[in-house]
Amino acid sequence: MRFLFKTDYQQDIRLFKHGGQAFWYSALAVALLAAPWLLSDYWISQLVFIWIYSIVSLGLMILVGFTGQVSIGHAAFLAMGAYTEAYLHAHGWPFVLSLGFSALVAGVTGIIVGLPALRVKGMYLAIATMAFGFIVEEGVARAEHITGGNAGKMLGALEVFGIPIDSELRMYFLTLIVLALVVLGVMNLMRSPTGRAFVAIRDSEISAQSMGINLARYKTTAFALSAAITGLAGALYAHKLRFISPEQFTFLQSIELLIILVVGGVGSIYGAIFGAAFWIVVQQLIVLAKDWLPPGIGQQTGLQPTIFGLILVAFVLFEPMGLYGRWLKIRTFFQLFPFYRKGLFRRQKSYMKSERLK
Amino acid sequence: MTPLLTANTLSVQFGGLKAVNNVSFEVWPNEVFSLIGPNGAGKTTIFNLISGLYRPTAGFVTFEGEKISHLAPYEIARLGIARTFQNIELFEHATVLQNLLVGRHCHRHTGWWQDLLFTPMVRRTELQFRRTVEEVIEFLDLQHYRDQMVAGLPYGVRKVVELGRALAMRPKLLLLDEPSSGLNVEETEDMGFWIEDIKHDLGITVIMVEHDMSLVSRVSDRVFALNQGEELATGTAIEVQSHPAVVEAYLGGADD
Repeated sequence: MRFLFKTDYQQDIRLFKHGGQAFWYSALAVALLAAPWLLSDYWISQLVFIWIYSIVSLGLMILVGFTGQVSIGHAAFLAMGAYTEAYLHAHGWPFVLSLGFSALVAGVTGIIVGLPALRVKGMYLAIATMAFGFIVEEGVARAEHITGGNAGKMLGALEVFGIPIDSELRMYFLTLIVLALVVLGVMNLMRSPTGRAFVAIRDSEISAQSMGINLARYKTTAFALSAAITGLAGALYAHKLRFISPEQFTFLQSIELLIILVVGGVGSIYGAIFGAAFWIVVQQLIVLAKDWLPPGIGQQTGLQPTIFGLILVAFVLFEPMGLYGRWLKIRTFFQLFPFYRKGLFRRQKSYMKSERLK
Repeated sequence: MTPLLTANTLSVQFGGLKAVNNVSFEVWPNEVFSLIGPNGAGKTTIFNLISGLYRPTAGFVTFEGEKISHLAPYEIARLGIARTFQNIELFEHATVLQNLLVGRHCHRHTGWWQDLLFTPMVRRTELQFRRTVEEVIEFLDLQHYRDQMVAGLPYGVRKVVELGRALAMRPKLLLLDEPSSGLNVEETEDMGFWIEDIKHDLGITVIMVEHDMSLVSRVSDRVFALNQGEELATGTAIEVQSHPAVVEAYLGGADD
């Protein structure tokens, strides 16, 4: 186990807390840069999906994992980003501008959706965001002159700073760069007062406001940031698929995004990325397994949702902290070997809260 | 000298229940002012009225001569009024250090876009915050718990962390809601020392709701007794304890 000798407050602010972390993250960076040359186009394409889904989950994580506000309409923000990008791209906007504008449109929508969040909590907020999801889904299908309606919309070739993004390899690096920037932004946010205010609101609204945190402002900020990041992912998603239609942004998609968070581990940046990676990889494994399974099982409709359902149930039952929680436990096991004990991560029951104020 | 805080004919009504009825008092700078009374007397309700969680149905509260009863809780906190809660309201899934840093929130002057980029300004403020928080940690002897999650701490330590979080605000007025509840004898004694130090060394005015009369007599300059939302007596701890109305409220009258 590593013990850090701290002599400077800066050490607690650093992104890499010690040399070991710096080493392993550099190794990861090298691996990610080398990966496209080692993998087939098919798997590069899957990695692109992982990066895009990671961005979405990071967006959702800000809202659900850090600020504690539920949203089951997040596919709508994805749609806002995707369609804004598709529209602007068709009108010849340069990519960097249209990408930023897509995030902005989604972010402003987030503020509008966030406003009812100031009044409603928990279940009621979930219903409100779900309703918003339906409205956008329906709106996209109806606004045919902008979105192409149910027939969908094609996107033309993409060019960034004059470089045509015409191969999986280039798409890989484009999405990876955006993901890296988003990760950095979220990490910055979480080590600064804004992130702490989010966590404070999640854990106790009553004392957050007694500490001088303006609930309305921070909840709105959380919604806006979450939606903007999701919109960013939506724009990339549109370019990745080159074709978008309303059925990609359904209620089910929103639920999937939440499942990714739960599987990955609610409340951590790692969790968002682990969840996204798990989601895409398992999807592909199911596709591969279909060929091996007896046709009676492999060709069944609804095989994939069933398996995902089972996985979710298993996680909720056996590992509520998600993949990230499991990773923490494994790491601690080796750090403390042979002194790891089973109840190390078990939280004691929390004490009574001041219910009279709620 | 003007009082730091006054309550003027303060009343609040929940449906037919008058939780606080026509209560007036003033708190002078740098004193420890205790509210005592049986359960349900309205002590915590008065705290909630001061910190803006409830709106009075009549009367108002002033702080440093300004009316504050119409302000939102976060605005009142920014004026320099910190508080703790009866049942401990910490941010459970954060470390002690992070909890205390939230206490510095009112003193931030960077926006979320600066935080997103972690500009040099944000870094500077973070380091300043940390320095203040470390002073609080040293004051309350919390060094050992600095990086621990609150969710894993024993009750007594949580109580101190909550006090620390309020102190990290560097408030002018501190509202302590039953600081000794759930603490053992030794911890209660420590709490008494801290309250005295908060008054003498930090120069912070304290209003305290407390049931432990030995702690109340030890630290308070003045005591305000109330029952069923109404004032019974005000004065020093000894005066109030021997006041016939207070005795009756706690023990029942001769004719009961």
